[in-house]
Amino acid sequence: MNNKKSEPLFHVIKRDDMTRGKAWGIRAISIVAALLLCALVTTVLTGDNPISVYATMFSGAFGSARKTWVTLQSLSILLIISLALTPAFRMRFWNCGGEGQVLMGGLAAAACMVTLDGKLPNALVIIIMIIASIAAGAIWGFIPAICKAKWNTNETLSTLMMNYIATQIVAYYTVLWESPKGSGKIGIINQNSNIGWLPEIGNKYLLSILVALLVTGFLYIYIYYSKHGYEICVVGESERTANYVGIKVPKVIVRTMLVSGALCGLAGLLLVGGINHTITTTIAGGQGFTAIMVSWLAKFNPITMIFTSLLIIFLGRGAGEIATVFELNQSFSDILTGIILFFIIGCEFFIRYKLVFRSGKKEEVKNV
Amino acid sequence: MKKIIALVLSAVMTLSLCACGSSAETASSDAAAAADGKTTVKAGFITLHDENSTYDLNFINAAKEACEALGVEYVIKTNIPEGQECYEAACELADAGCNFIFADSFGHEDYMIEAAKEYKDVQFAHATGTKAHTEKLDNYHNAFASIYEGRYLAGIVAGMKLNEMIDNGDITADQAKIGYVGAYTYAEVISGYTSFFLGARSVCPTATMEVTFTGSWYDETAEKEGAQTLINDGCVLISQHADSMGAPTACETAGVPDVSYNGSTADACPNTFLVSSRIDWAPYFTYAITSIQDGKAFDTDWTGTIASGSVKLTDLGSSVADGTAEAIKAAQADIESGKLHVFNTDTFTVGGEVLTSYMADVDTDENYEGDHDVIKDGYFDESGEGLRSAPYFDLQIDGITLLDTKF
Repeated sequence: MNNKKSEPLFHVIKRDDMTRGKAWGIRAISIVAALLLCALVTTVLTGDNPISVYATMFSGAFGSARKTWVTLQSLSILLIISLALTPAFRMRFWNCGGEGQVLMGGLAAAACMVTLDGKLPNALVIIIMIIASIAAGAIWGFIPAICKAKWNTNETLSTLMMNYIATQIVAYYTVLWESPKGSGKIGIINQNSNIGWLPEIGNKYLLSILVALLVTGFLYIYIYYSKHGYEICVVGESERTANYVGIKVPKVIVRTMLVSGALCGLAGLLLVGGINHTITTTIAGGQGFTAIMVSWLAKFNPITMIFTSLLIIFLGRGAGEIATVFELNQSFSDILTGIILFFIIGCEFFIRYKLVFRSGKKEEVKNV
Repeated sequence: MKKIIALVLSAVMTLSLCACGSSAETASSDAAAAADGKTTVKAGFITLHDENSTYDLNFINAAKEACEALGVEYVIKTNIPEGQECYEAACELADAGCNFIFADSFGHEDYMIEAAKEYKDVQFAHATGTKAHTEKLDNYHNAFASIYEGRYLAGIVAGMKLNEMIDNGDITADQAKIGYVGAYTYAEVISGYTSFFLGARSVCPTATMEVTFTGSWYDETAEKEGAQTLINDGCVLISQHADSMGAPTACETAGVPDVSYNGSTADACPNTFLVSSRIDWAPYFTYAITSIQDGKAFDTDWTGTIASGSVKLTDLGSSVADGTAEAIKAAQADIESGKLHVFNTDTFTVGGEVLTSYMADVDTDENYEGDHDVIKDGYFDESGEGLRSAPYFDLQIDGITLLDTKF
């Protein structure tokens, strides 16, 4: 207290006394605060009733059986991509290449559908597609991993750049396979023969959902209960420690990125073979990047990730519904989504750290 | 701590109450017969982007105009990508009671067909598509308009401007080179620039043209750069078939006359804007919706014309040559009466030869094979009766140079 002159208005201290319940309380409060601010913005800018806007968002995601299925299907794809990135993230390997890995997986699936149509029986085509997609995604993850392992290149940059390469390769094949000539579009592949279309289980939507559940279970065990998962964790904490205890760091990096890329490839397979039945440069729709946020928000926990990806998908689908029902521009619903995400991400700061003001105000802060 | 939990719980409960209160579908009116014996129509529209894209805005405005004039309930779903999302959007509209569903972008077609197979009682229509006449579904329709007529007239405006520049001594007759920024080497684009060129050459015989392609329907930077390349290459007038303001703004900066597309750019480019052509979709929507109301079948392939009000020219810019308005009026009357055919085979050659027959790729197939002879009575029968509404003119005529064809 002697050096009062130099003490700033407040400083940030890491918290270690936060209980789980309290942390969830803060998260809930931040969501309520975000919804209140959104309500205010809605009323001021558009004059629409904010409660009916929220109700519309809800009905956009769950308003009918079909909407609910589509929401769950979109949730599954985003979840698989988020799960795919997670092992790499736990290793502090910043895989920003989910987009490209998904695209390459999708391209491999599309290539099988286009070239093997009429040459092989459907079941065989599908088996080859599954192998090809997973391999293509894995290769796209392997390239930056081997560069990192051998030459310690910056993986953030290399994975990002691999995205652009993947986009251009897909663009090339789009023009090669386009129909009709010059249109720059492939359209639905094998629309009448349905060769290479992944089988429907129950209905159009269930397959992706089941695959997502399997992947979630697999990854949960892989991360928390396997030797690989433990090695990933050690490499992430400290490469030196890993070396000291005899873990081969380059091997772990490459192996983990193969898993990461392969799962992205699987998402590409579902997008092309199971859902869209075509390939475009935008088929991943930025989900390779959204997945980074989903994974972080869930603190890399596969189970929590179900809820964070639900949140993102819910906001997106709700936003589209607002645009339709209220005839507002989609940008407006993006603003609402932005506000909500800002609060949710922002509150994590207050859960991990606390602000300590100059003496006198200290006590107030503690009581938050 | 307990206080916080109580607070959170009450907040959540309030919110869930709101949500439950209105989760019931707001609109589910069945296509029941109304009192006057007409079927009640609810229209659903699917657009690729929203009103910030001039292409989609053109559809949105026409949809509102037609539906409001007919007193029909409508829903517009914007920003629907060309993938399974289109199928889901179409199905959601059908679930919500729409019995006329329309999509505006080429890549929507296959997904609309999937939805049409599932909802037999709902009429599906798609602009610019090519497959309705081969899919043979009763409830799936293609529509387009003979925009090549509008482009021909816009070409006349351009040709007269070139003549004015030649007369003023700004350029020599040999320098009358037009530049054209296209999206893809797709028949719709080829048909568009060829008709534009033929219109220009009908009044300025020494006109030539260079075309560049951007590989995108909307890429402001690429279109701007494309226009700039053409201007640097000696083109003295620019037109486009792509949806952004890239080419018009490049022209305004360089002071080069410009013919735009899908609407007037006179506000942004007052000094260089000549004219713009566009398709007015309101006549088609009116036709389709009234057909459903009356319980009548409607065309599998519908082609609007300049005579039916589907093809429109905007007001002329301030810098057009004298006498332009009269020349357009005369040419339009000739087109409407059938005296003038835009693709008259006497007016162009392909590889130095006059065309006497040409097998066009009307039915979409993987090998792009020609399947219908489309030369009849001395002209290329674009969007012909009994064929398909989307353009299929894909010939490279003499006088037009393609700078790149990678798209």
